[in-house]
Amino acid sequence: MRTIPLVATPVLFAGLVAAPAAAGTISITLPRIPVAEYHKPYVAAWIEPAGGGAPRSLAAWYDIKKGGSEPGYKWLADLRSWWRKAGRTAKLPIDGVSGATRAPGSYTLPLPADLKPGNYVLNVEAAREGGGRELVSVPFAVGGGGRASGKSELGLVTVAAR
Amino acid sequence: MRRLLPLAALLALAAPAHADHSWIQPSGTLFSGSNNVATFDAAGSEHVFFFDHRPVGLDSIQVWKPDGTPGETTAAMTGRLRSVFDVKLDQPGTWKVASLQTMVVGTFKLDGEERRVGGRGGPPPASGGPGAPATREGGRPAGATATQPPAPGGPAGGGPRRLPPVAVKDIPPEATDVKLTELVTRLETFVTVGEPTTTLFKPTGKGLEMEPLTHPNAVAAGETLRARFLIDGKPAPGLTVTVIPGGDRYREETGTITLTTGADGTVAIRWPAAGMYWLGATATDAHAAEPRAAERRMSYAATIEVATP
Repeated sequence: MRTIPLVATPVLFAGLVAAPAAAGTISITLPRIPVAEYHKPYVAAWIEPAGGGAPRSLAAWYDIKKGGSEPGYKWLADLRSWWRKAGRTAKLPIDGVSGATRAPGSYTLPLPADLKPGNYVLNVEAAREGGGRELVSVPFAVGGGGRASGKSELGLVTVAAR
Repeated sequence: MRRLLPLAALLALAAPAHADHSWIQPSGTLFSGSNNVATFDAAGSEHVFFFDHRPVGLDSIQVWKPDGTPGETTAAMTGRLRSVFDVKLDQPGTWKVASLQTMVVGTFKLDGEERRVGGRGGPPPASGGPGAPATREGGRPAGATATQPPAPGGPAGGGPRRLPPVAVKDIPPEATDVKLTELVTRLETFVTVGEPTTTLFKPTGKGLEMEPLTHPNAVAAGETLRARFLIDGKPAPGLTVTVIPGGDRYREETGTITLTTGADGTVAIRWPAAGMYWLGATATDAHAAEPRAAERRMSYAATIEVATP
């Protein structure tokens, strides 16, 4: 992974948590949801070429520490769109993609350093036990960026593809 | 055994005016992990995916694992309105669950008296003997009796009794005016554990079938499913294909989409919204397997779940 001194882009990363250096970043905000029994959501993030093509998973946050033979796989299909497009053809866990579920807050993830120039769509999907499911799509071009907000299970989603 | 079908179903199938939709509905179509059980409802109904008419007989149900070997059903039961069974999905890939029924219905005359043909048949018209039809104990589909309420005073009460139907193989050689129709029904649904496979899409070449060209477990709202309809393995052009979204109780319109297969037997269905859909087609020809049947009526129906985008 390439490293870019963080100090070189202070404005871009302002307000984001621990921005790792890469060709670009995405940020995902999981809103605080005031319910009596809150479970951290399953979340998947992936990019697809805008004109269609193979999706590329960036993150899949699920119950990877669940006991038994299957760490949280059973409910991965609740990430309906990701499961249909990318999850079910992947061998789990996915190196560098699979991770534990996360508490409400903002998280920054690197875009793949080898992302070829072109137009893409960043998709972020969240599904919560006892809650709903939401998909936020952000079109972007390499060299540009974009942002969109969810209404229920997701907050602001941004992409900065430098 | 596969020729057995509730008489009610027989009558429903024989009466084209009745809007009868038969289906097998899965509890889900996309599964992750490897410890999954899917449960299925099998019924014929006026309103798609509601239980309002009759069950589909369990003896017609067949399950195929993704590798083409037969799967097993468990916890099977038949009620008045539906059959239910579980399938342990112990193999990754696409499973097929189907109901395959072939039966012959019609009439003949014996000594000037008209007799009906169909169902499991009653006792043969002549004395029984070793050729008497097998009867299935225990798993008798409830629909067999449900639409035939006993006459006031009980079944044996007044009036001339209607003779029971005769199984096709028990039609005596001296019968005249034999008029038979073969009814072939195929109901299917597909469920996928993990990555979809297409092993089970290969047509059998028998009767009316759908060969999916788009994987039915990979469609979402706004997307298009392409499929080819075949009769005895050959493309079936000009066939009317009806697509009905489930849940019509909760809206005014049925939402029915009617399409016609092209010259190559294919049809393209664009899904307007996510949900469970019934897809059906019927065809009639003269190629019955039963040599005395002048007509073959084939019906095909599939249950397809359309995902959110």
